[in-house]
Amino acid sequence: MKIKDLKNISQFNFKNIANEDIEISGVFIGDLLSWVMANGKEKQIWITVQAHLNVIAVSLLKEFSCIILCDNTSCDEEFINKCKEEQVNLILTSCSAYECAKELINLDL
Amino acid sequence: MLNKDFEVVNQDYQNMGKVSSQIKKMLLEIGFDPKILRRIAVASYEAEINMVIHAYGGNIHMDVDDDGLITLIFHDLGPGIPDLTKAMTPGWSTANEKARNLGFGAGMGLVNIKRVSDTFDIKTSPEGTILTISFKG
Repeated sequence: MKIKDLKNISQFNFKNIANEDIEISGVFIGDLLSWVMANGKEKQIWITVQAHLNVIAVSLLKEFSCIILCDNTSCDEEFINKCKEEQVNLILTSCSAYECAKELINLDL
Repeated sequence: MLNKDFEVVNQDYQNMGKVSSQIKKMLLEIGFDPKILRRIAVASYEAEINMVIHAYGGNIHMDVDDDGLITLIFHDLGPGIPDLTKAMTPGWSTANEKARNLGFGAGMGLVNIKRVSDTFDIKTSPEGTILTISFKG
């Protein structure tokens, strides 16, 4: 499954799509950055409520396929611009992490 | 083969991870296996944020020898780790409120570094902590 296949999920707002052809390897949910660093795997979608620049650094180092900011988590222009600059896929949504996971499971992820 | 020094600034939350990203990119350009780079990224990032959050900043030295051995030395400016045994215990953290609100302070930093490194050595005093880790490329 690729990032572009998530476009059918109406609650997902695609804020920055740098590469929609990245193959998704799975999903990781977490807000503790060390935990994410320790256990996340490359090409996973990362669902979090953290929205600061270090999140982008972690996503790049872990080679995640996409960041989903769930629960209506807001992010500032600096965050969005950094995602654009670093070519990080970013989705915003009002869904909870659990609801995001259900949507992704429904797509056979 | 390669020697490089990087400065890490005390409490510079905005740029945390930047040095680790640079290290990863440089090693990728040399041609190291992405699998090793992922381990290095974890260790380097954790050590870098420790220098920003818990220490007064410092210096990261990277050395790559002709056999492909990658050595990273994180030398901070203090105040040292009062109890190294506790600091190496999963879940134990002294991170402040600000750091915790940003998702740091899981108490997994040194544990993660040791787990992914091929060698791990740490020496600490009030003048500073020197963490030396290496990876066989």
